[in-house]
Amino acid sequence: MSTRKIDIEEVNGVTIARFTDKKILDESNIQIIGNQLFSLIDDDHRQKVVLDFSNVEYLSSAALGKLITLDKKVKAAQGELRLCAIRKDILEVFKITRLDKLFKIMETRDKALDKF
Amino acid sequence: MSAIDDQQAKFEVTIPSDTVAGQTIQDQIIRKLEELAYGDHDLFGIRLALEEALVNAIKHGNRLDPQKFVRIAWQIDSNGCRIEIEDEGEGFNPVEVPDPTADENLERPCGRGIHLMRAFMNAIVYNERGNRVVLEKTRTIMESEPTSE
Repeated sequence: MSTRKIDIEEVNGVTIARFTDKKILDESNIQIIGNQLFSLIDDDHRQKVVLDFSNVEYLSSAALGKLITLDKKVKAAQGELRLCAIRKDILEVFKITRLDKLFKIMETRDKALDKF
Repeated sequence: MSAIDDQQAKFEVTIPSDTVAGQTIQDQIIRKLEELAYGDHDLFGIRLALEEALVNAIKHGNRLDPQKFVRIAWQIDSNGCRIEIEDEGEGFNPVEVPDPTADENLERPCGRGIHLMRAFMNAIVYNERGNRVVLEKTRTIMESEPTSE
């Protein structure tokens, strides 16, 4: 049995997935998080997804890899993925890797939900 | 100058090829840096670089082989830290790792670890075989911090 690593909320047809862990590190942990995220698309067929990073203090490149795979899955399902509430240090990771160009990153959850 | 400046903590451990064991060492090193009042941004960068280097050693170097070990040695003081991580794998040539920020590689799910280590540390140096990396970080002095005489 694996612990729930994301809290799911539905707002006006948009799925908000909030990470519950402070640290998205460690391979086995990231594998579980990845599977739970992929299930939103593969099993639940959700198309509009917001990832809420407000709890997240650390994340590694392996976690970025899962986000890229999730983004591909969402796009393949004709959906859209938005990221929000990312703290400064982590935003720097997105900028250093130029993934801020790949993902739609919004400052707050409200902004991510706007006109979705 | 405080007493701690004269005490340089030096440690060396060998861990199995298991990322949970890597996390334990990571926590131990971060705790030491916290004791020395390293700033949040330094702590973030060092933890990230450590995570990337340890995962590289355990997963890509030793290929999670339970017969192989990872050696970690670190020296920490209030001015900076030096962390050496060595696996028992065949090694690799870091120059051959494709640039993850190139347009054609942006959507690749892996290959960003070394790039992040370089961005957050002052120096990362591999040995010729490519199975040992040295990470170095000079502590950032915060504006509010009193300078020692």
